[in-house]
Amino acid sequence: MVAETIGAEVRADREVSSTDAVLAVRSVTKAFGGNRAVDDCSFTVRRGSITGLIGPNGAGKSTLLNIVAGALRADQGSVLLDGEPISGRRPDELLGRGLARTFQVPRPIPSMTVLENLVLAGQGQVGERLWTSWCRPNRVGLQENAIVDKALGILGYVNLGRLRDAPAGTLSGGQKKLLEFARSLMAEPKLVLLDEPAAGVNRTLMRQLTALIEEQCHERGVTFLVVEHDMDLVARLCDPVIVMSQGRPIFEGTFDEVRRDEEVLSAYLGGQFR
Amino acid sequence: MINRSRWLPIAIVGFVTLLLVGLPLERTGNVRAVVDFLVPALATMAIFAVVCIGLNVQWGYTGIFNFGVVGFFLVGAYTAAIVTMPPADGEFSTYVGGFGQTLANVPLPGAAHWVPHLVGALAAAGISAVLALLLAWPMVRLREDYLAIALIGTAEVLRRIATEEQWLVNGSRGLAGIPRPLAGLADGDTYKYLFLALALATLALIYLLIDLGIRSPWGRVLRAIREDEGAAAAAGKNVNGFKLQGFVLGAAIMGAGGAFYAFQQGAISPETFTHFFGTFIIWAMLIAGGSGNMAGAIVGTYVIWGLWSVTLQLQGYDLPRFLADRVPHLRDTIIGLTIVVVLLVNPRGLVPERARVSRWLDRRVSSMRRAEKATTSPAAD
Repeated sequence: MVAETIGAEVRADREVSSTDAVLAVRSVTKAFGGNRAVDDCSFTVRRGSITGLIGPNGAGKSTLLNIVAGALRADQGSVLLDGEPISGRRPDELLGRGLARTFQVPRPIPSMTVLENLVLAGQGQVGERLWTSWCRPNRVGLQENAIVDKALGILGYVNLGRLRDAPAGTLSGGQKKLLEFARSLMAEPKLVLLDEPAAGVNRTLMRQLTALIEEQCHERGVTFLVVEHDMDLVARLCDPVIVMSQGRPIFEGTFDEVRRDEEVLSAYLGGQFR
Repeated sequence: MINRSRWLPIAIVGFVTLLLVGLPLERTGNVRAVVDFLVPALATMAIFAVVCIGLNVQWGYTGIFNFGVVGFFLVGAYTAAIVTMPPADGEFSTYVGGFGQTLANVPLPGAAHWVPHLVGALAAAGISAVLALLLAWPMVRLREDYLAIALIGTAEVLRRIATEEQWLVNGSRGLAGIPRPLAGLADGDTYKYLFLALALATLALIYLLIDLGIRSPWGRVLRAIREDEGAAAAAGKNVNGFKLQGFVLGAAIMGAGGAFYAFQQGAISPETFTHFFGTFIIWAMLIAGGSGNMAGAIVGTYVIWGLWSVTLQLQGYDLPRFLADRVPHLRDTIIGLTIVVVLLVNPRGLVPERARVSRWLDRRVSSMRRAEKATTSPAAD
């Protein structure tokens, strides 16, 4: 009952005008058997923000991320990207509309080189049509070279250039996270969903990844929705922060506001971040 | 230190070649008899290599677990047969189609020798592709083990239809008198060379087309899907769309292989298309040769079909009774043992898959490496 009241207040408080909202989640529900992982969840993500999505394990953060990314289908509710409904769209269609994602456990294609992983993510490749690869090799070659140039540029940008020819399966966990981040940039997204970017990443690589996220946000206007357990990272990076519990948001504000909210802390973070 | 991944394929291919040449030679003492045995055997190998490449497109590159290969092989063979044969007489044989004479009269030079067969082979590939397309909508989303079971069931249904539906393809009596391509251009003795050339040319054409496709962005997407569908989707690829393409293309190639099998045999019946003969042995070829690898599919076909056909020669020897009675079973055992040995020594097959990138990216990376080497070598001096 208390959670429902707080949820309603959160929804009322954070009305973001439709032009400012790059992503809007409206009354999304997803159940696995009898367990409602996401329960009537609504929130918006402001354009150009780095929005944190935090909450205890089992709060429904990753399920919600998978629904937004098109990997799972919601039982009820809708998701809007730039005001357009995207519920039920495939991940590849969403990437074409500017919504990219990374995974909690990074998933590059292990046998492909780092460069090949990035080139794979190039969008609108004419050579991905078999007939064109047979009949118009020159056109495919020209585009492939342009995509390789772009991939090399991004590899240099994320400081993975020296690993260009290494199979992606041989990279460390942190390097794989960087590679996934780089892969998302290949699509020139407007919204990137980052699923626990700090998990298993050492401090040095984390600082690098954080700087890249901030740069992409502030200089290129890319919006990020970050699911994260590392509160130091959330504190440094995210504004606003949405707190989820039992499948729905219960608070939204700056990290300082989250820290100060006794009820949220005691109920959902155990008070350890005071 | 001997590199076993290098010597194993050479040793096994050499051993099979020795058997293929040595056993008929030892039995007959006649080189001509060896040639008479080898030429049709090589043509059959080329046909099975085509089917194996079809499976390689599905499993080796796309990760689709098709355990109903025989279904597409059968559909291809029967389609080619009913397209190229004359109309059924209705008394001893009943089947649909029978367009052979009509197609032979098409106003093109030498039409009777090649038009029915070209149309038959294309129809075989086309009908197999349509069948795959129809199956793919409900099945391509299935997890691989369920897909395998569903495709085994489909293949068995097709086999039962061929057996039971007398009006369709003459039921259990099968179809005989399937005309051979280019038959009028060579006499009976030399025709086997012509057919071998035709089978090899078909294999080469399919090899070339698939290799060009695989070494392109299209092939890169298939490989990505095979390794991680979720990651491929996150990279913006329509996973089900590409799986559909791989499945349908593989099925079309299997159908074309079936057409050439029908042309070579001249007669087909449902008994030919058993799961062992049409599915298991193709899988054995791909696994032994190395999946995800065109050369592996061909080497695997050579080794497995070579052992399969040459071991029958053992029946001509004065073997101890307990062995002589069991030669057919011995063949199965030898195929099984070969797979076990190859997988133990080289789990990725006789010719393991190489990391292949698109040919354009290949060139680009090579030129970057050369440039890097050129800039670093003066400093080394």
